[in-house]
Amino acid sequence: MNFNLTFIGQMIAFGVFVYLVMRFIWPPILAAMEARQKAIEEGLSAADRAAQDLDLAKDKAAQKLRDAKAEAANIIDMANKRSSQIIDEAKEQAREEGERLIVLAESEIDQERNRARESLRRDVSAIALAGAEKILGSSIDAAKHSELLDKLAAEL
Amino acid sequence: MASENLTTSSYIQHHLTNLTFGKLPAGYERADGEVFKDSAWTLAHSGQEAADMGLMAINLDTMGWSLILGVVFFVVFRGVAKKATSGVPSGMQNFVELVVEFVQDNVKSMFPYKNPMLAPMALTILVWVFLMNCMDLIAIDLLPLIAQKFGEYVLGADPHHVFFKVVPSTDPNITLGMAFFVFILILFYSIREKGIGGFLGELCLHPFSSKNMAVQILFIPINFVLEFVNLIAKPVSLGLRLFGNMYAGEMIFILIALMYGAGLLIGTFGGALQIIWALFHILIISLQAFIFMVLTIVYISMSYDTGEEH
Repeated sequence: MNFNLTFIGQMIAFGVFVYLVMRFIWPPILAAMEARQKAIEEGLSAADRAAQDLDLAKDKAAQKLRDAKAEAANIIDMANKRSSQIIDEAKEQAREEGERLIVLAESEIDQERNRARESLRRDVSAIALAGAEKILGSSIDAAKHSELLDKLAAEL
Repeated sequence: MASENLTTSSYIQHHLTNLTFGKLPAGYERADGEVFKDSAWTLAHSGQEAADMGLMAINLDTMGWSLILGVVFFVVFRGVAKKATSGVPSGMQNFVELVVEFVQDNVKSMFPYKNPMLAPMALTILVWVFLMNCMDLIAIDLLPLIAQKFGEYVLGADPHHVFFKVVPSTDPNITLGMAFFVFILILFYSIREKGIGGFLGELCLHPFSSKNMAVQILFIPINFVLEFVNLIAKPVSLGLRLFGNMYAGEMIFILIALMYGAGLLIGTFGGALQIIWALFHILIISLQAFIFMVLTIVYISMSYDTGEEH
């Protein structure tokens, strides 16, 4: 327990060790700790951000769904309208076609009637001639009476 | 006990003497009658010789252990620092980071200024002083006995001349050496932060001050004496506190060790006491290392503190 050079020696040793720790130990350990702290902080904020993103995405998805539904309803509406329109058009067309057919048929009937009348007219003159021949008992000169017969036929 | 023909007092004496290497003056007569013609550097053969060496001597045992423990501390922490990863830390890194974080928390809470040196110094103090104190827990006769046998059979020395104190912090040279290193830093930072004038003003114009010039001049010497004692008391109390605690603990271990030579019953009782005291001593060891660190931080912080009241 004497006071001696050990005092100075320990002072120097202390100074050297403090320097060594300051130079070689403290900075790398602290850097590692701070880097980890930062990584954890970033991880946490990333998680927060991810949660926010998720909420946002959910909102967006819901919005999209709503839009899609509205659009679908719209499309169905339009389709309904269109279909009724098509039905209406078809009905109109059918009606027109029907009318056209009726007109056609009527004109055909008219034509047929005219033709029948024509032929009937022609036949009538022949029949009338034959009847008259029988009644008169003699032949009628067709050429002589054709004028009369034609007049008759026209009257029919 | 180390040797069969040791008395109680010589056993204690032996344990309290350092292995001292120093310079003995010319004409010095040793205990065995040898007389030096010229002054010579040699190992002290007794406590008396060690004392006669005066300042020009060095305690090989405490200085050596202090350096060994410092190197152990440095190697272990450097090993971790080299492989320090910011990923998941392994076992040893966990421990080192725990210590580093503890030191940093303490420094941050007590030292609001910027100083790149203080935290590493606090870490050095905490771990190094703790390791030095820890040497107290090794069986008190184990290392000295090994040293004695080594000295006797390998170096051919007289076993009674081989002194070996293994706890560096029971050597006031060691504790005061660290304390005065801190003291130098206190002076350095005081002067750097406050300037010479500010520092001297703090010493002379405080605690008594007066608006009256004449009275103020009268107060200066009184203030100086008070503040100077205050200033010197810092390193002295810092070093002696650690020394006193560890010395007392060591002494109790020595006294308990004496009981082993006093029969089976007392020896067993001594064994129980040894365990109890060692357990209690663990607290003292860590507490003293912590106190040394905290006071260092506080003192340096005070030297930065310019204070509004001056």
